Amino acid sequence: MPSWKDKDQDRGRLFGRRAALLAGGKLLLLSTLVGRMYYLQVVEAEKYQKLADDNRINLRLLAPPRGVIYDRNGEVLAHNQQNYRVVVVPEQISDVTLALDALSEVVEVPDFVRRRVMRDIRRKRAFVPVTIRDNLTWEEVSRIELNATSLPGMQIEVGLTRAYPFGPGVVHAAGYVAAVAEQDLTGDPLLELPDMRIGKSGIERQHDQVLRGSAGTSQVEVNALGRVIRELSRDEGRPGKAVTLTLDMGLQSFANSRLATQESATCVCMSVPEGEILALASHPAYDPIPFGRGLTSAEWQELLHHPYGALNNKAIAGQYPPGSTFKMTVALAALESGMISPSQRFSCPGHFEFGDQRFFCHAHKLGGHGAVDMEMAIAKSCDVYFYNVALKVGIDRVAAMARRLGLGSPTEIDMPGERGGLIPSREWKKATTGDIWHQGETVNLGIGQGYILTTPLQLAVMTARVATGLNVKPRLTRALGGMPVDYKPPEPLGLSPQHLAVVQAGMHWVVNRQGGTAFNYARIKEPGFEMAGKSGTAQVKRITARDREMKNTDSKKWEWKFREHALFVSYAPIHAPRYVCAVIVEHGVGGSGVAGPICRDVLLEAQRRDIMRSGGMKIAKAD
Amino acid sequence: MVQEIGRPAPDLSLFRKLLLMNWGLIAIVLAIAAIGVAILYSAAGGQWNPWASRQVARLGVGLVVMVAVALVDVRLWLRYAYLIFGLALGLLIIVDVMGRVGGGAQRWIDFGVLQLQPSELMKLALVLALARYFHGLTLEQVGKPLMLIPPLLLIGLPVVLVLRQPNLGTAMLLAIGSAALMLAAGVRIWKFLLVGGAAAAAIPVAWSFLKDYQKRRVYTFLDPSQDPLGAGYNILQSKIALGSGGIFGKGFLNGTQGQLRFLPEMQTDFIFTVLAEEFGMVGCLVLLGLYVLVLTYGFAIALRARSQFGRLVAIGVTTQMFLYVFINMAMVMGLVPVVGIPLPLVSYGGTAMLTLLAGAGLLISVSVHRDVEIPRWHG
Repeated sequence: MPSWKDKDQDRGRLFGRRAALLAGGKLLLLSTLVGRMYYLQVVEAEKYQKLADDNRINLRLLAPPRGVIYDRNGEVLAHNQQNYRVVVVPEQISDVTLALDALSEVVEVPDFVRRRVMRDIRRKRAFVPVTIRDNLTWEEVSRIELNATSLPGMQIEVGLTRAYPFGPGVVHAAGYVAAVAEQDLTGDPLLELPDMRIGKSGIERQHDQVLRGSAGTSQVEVNALGRVIRELSRDEGRPGKAVTLTLDMGLQSFANSRLATQESATCVCMSVPEGEILALASHPAYDPIPFGRGLTSAEWQELLHHPYGALNNKAIAGQYPPGSTFKMTVALAALESGMISPSQRFSCPGHFEFGDQRFFCHAHKLGGHGAVDMEMAIAKSCDVYFYNVALKVGIDRVAAMARRLGLGSPTEIDMPGERGGLIPSREWKKATTGDIWHQGETVNLGIGQGYILTTPLQLAVMTARVATGLNVKPRLTRALGGMPVDYKPPEPLGLSPQHLAVVQAGMHWVVNRQGGTAFNYARIKEPGFEMAGKSGTAQVKRITARDREMKNTDSKKWEWKFREHALFVSYAPIHAPRYVCAVIVEHGVGGSGVAGPICRDVLLEAQRRDIMRSGGMKIAKAD
Repeated sequence: MVQEIGRPAPDLSLFRKLLLMNWGLIAIVLAIAAIGVAILYSAAGGQWNPWASRQVARLGVGLVVMVAVALVDVRLWLRYAYLIFGLALGLLIIVDVMGRVGGGAQRWIDFGVLQLQPSELMKLALVLALARYFHGLTLEQVGKPLMLIPPLLLIGLPVVLVLRQPNLGTAMLLAIGSAALMLAAGVRIWKFLLVGGAAAAAIPVAWSFLKDYQKRRVYTFLDPSQDPLGAGYNILQSKIALGSGGIFGKGFLNGTQGQLRFLPEMQTDFIFTVLAEEFGMVGCLVLLGLYVLVLTYGFAIALRARSQFGRLVAIGVTTQMFLYVFINMAMVMGLVPVVGIPLPLVSYGGTAMLTLLAGAGLLISVSVHRDVEIPRWHG
């Protein structure tokens, strides 16, 4: 009989076989693990390496510093200023209230700032810095740094913000930057940076791409929560290029100060024949800085409803009837048509009868100008003369000459927001009103009234073309990134020099000879600096027959917004024109008396500065 | 019967027992645990806290438990096998009742100082109980189907209770480990095939009993890319960590997936990926090699034990160790669904560490008392 031990030996032998079976099975399974390891870690290693890098490496964009805007003398009009801000890293502080209390003992922390900080901290991840205050003064920065030990979790950060040393002084030309709006997104990843600012107006907008530069990149390693662990590589990108304007900030400031006495006025000063804009002033102006940080709704509403249209760049977007400054155009149209000779005289009794309409000359109270030829008609701004001439020459020729001199369509200056004005024609009237052109309207057009609209810049261009006979075109940009922009000297307009001389003589008389409309107001007496010019007074409101009966023709007594615009265009020096200037004082009433002196002062200043430059007196500052 | 020469007396002195302990096995266990501590140190970003230091403390406690278990005479384990099983089952029932009363899944019994996970205790208790049962059967008895009813009950009760927790991983571990033990005990192979087939047929029924999150794990396993940020995130990130480690790894503390916390649960179930990322395939093979050595020791001890109880305990404990290793690694490599099984002796966690070291203690106890002969009817 087998003992229990023998039976146990049977079990032992079977156990041995079964154990071998189990061991074999386990080895098989473990070798599938090895196979899988080989597949993942050798065969597919590269793919997973890439995925791991995708996980950890984040590309961050670095905003390039925006290009500086200079005036022609190297004066800085727009640049970047370091903006110090104090930020708090929520995860580094235990109690936000206590931390803010501690900070408020060092710098001011208003209640609304407190509320915003609390809100931001709740919204953002604990390691994302939250800005408490920005635009810290140097003194505030020092105080925070000094008390750094009692301000745990607080840091000073430096950012760049756009600064405009002349503030409102050049805002209409230089423009401003503001945050990127939805419709500005073009796919340039730079635009999606939270601190990015782009040009929204003026040169900042015109040359935004040049000024902007290209984004740098910083490869950073991030963890699964997006926290930056370290920087792996850095490419600083290309900083924005500088833009140099034709503007002369000294002259611009001078023009600003001359316009400042008026409610609403604008001045364009340009060199000829280059067409370089030296001053482009529009008064009132506004501060560009708040646009960069973001306007509050109230600030925006205030600007939008400014009584004198501060936001409007009147120099290029203001459209006014040219009034008597249009008379050179009519004169040239007449002379070029051959229908009128310079010496041909028309009699001015103070008014002009056309059909059942009576058109007045501004001299009607004095009984008219008598017999006037073209030179005298320009000098004395005789309306009756130009009623006659316009009627004789006809709308088509006048309109064509107006366009030839640069009126009625954008001058294509390198600035955004320019408006085209309007030179009426038969076709235009038919298309817009459905009515045919009436001769009476031609009469009115003869003195720059009616449908006609021009911008101050166009008037400056017109004056430049009349003064030089060349097809002068305006420009504001002198160089981009240190490279001068293309400039071709203007071609002759093809106008007869004799005809131009007649008109120029008339403009000379306006200012410099007894009887000229501006002789008592706008004469430059310094020898060699003399200017020629033409005044204009543009009606805003028609003077009705009833007004005349009531002797209510003195518009100075009217409500401001109904008063006539005062215009003046001029060039200097007389015999070798270098500068032209156009001034419009909105509702300023007297072309000669109000706009003329401004024009005179600006032209005189422009010539003086010219002498200072050529005389070796350095105004220019180093770049 | 005459005692053969050189065979130790059945009752050994404490000193002799210490001498007879498998110090080589203990060294390997310590080596694995040391690797674990190093990875936990790395997973915390090169910090002892919060994981590595506590793991060292637990390791100390676990080693004491291991030696204590090893020194206990294997006959005592045999005698108290059913008692221990009964205790473990009772605790499982208590947990189950508490869970239902308290609402939600419940796996712990909180004794204040100590949190006890009865399912962990059950892993060893079931091995002991089954080993004792089969120890008492002759081969002919094992062959009788009726004799298989008690062990199936021994297995079925705890498995059902653990499934209800619900803890699919542990239930699988219990079921498969027990099956391997029964196979070693001599149960006919065709019976396993039969049960296996029946189980396969029952999968659709079982599916309907799975909790939503368990179903999601299976779906995620089948196609992790479907939901890369949600349920599939774990397995995707873990494969990225493994694969990007390459052959030699990125170096200690240089694993980007781990250091930058893309890896989920990297200190527990997914710790293998940290190792794989920082030490590459070479590191993986070293760790796997150490595990294979442990398994080899287990098999050797099982084969050399003179009692059926000892053999079965050894094979049961070894198989459990194997299942831990295989399921965990296969899981992080995307070969099987994520079921929540830690990597033995490496993953952060006290209870599993304690169970595994106590298991190793049982293994050593079997080895120390390998020549102790125990009659079938002993108990």
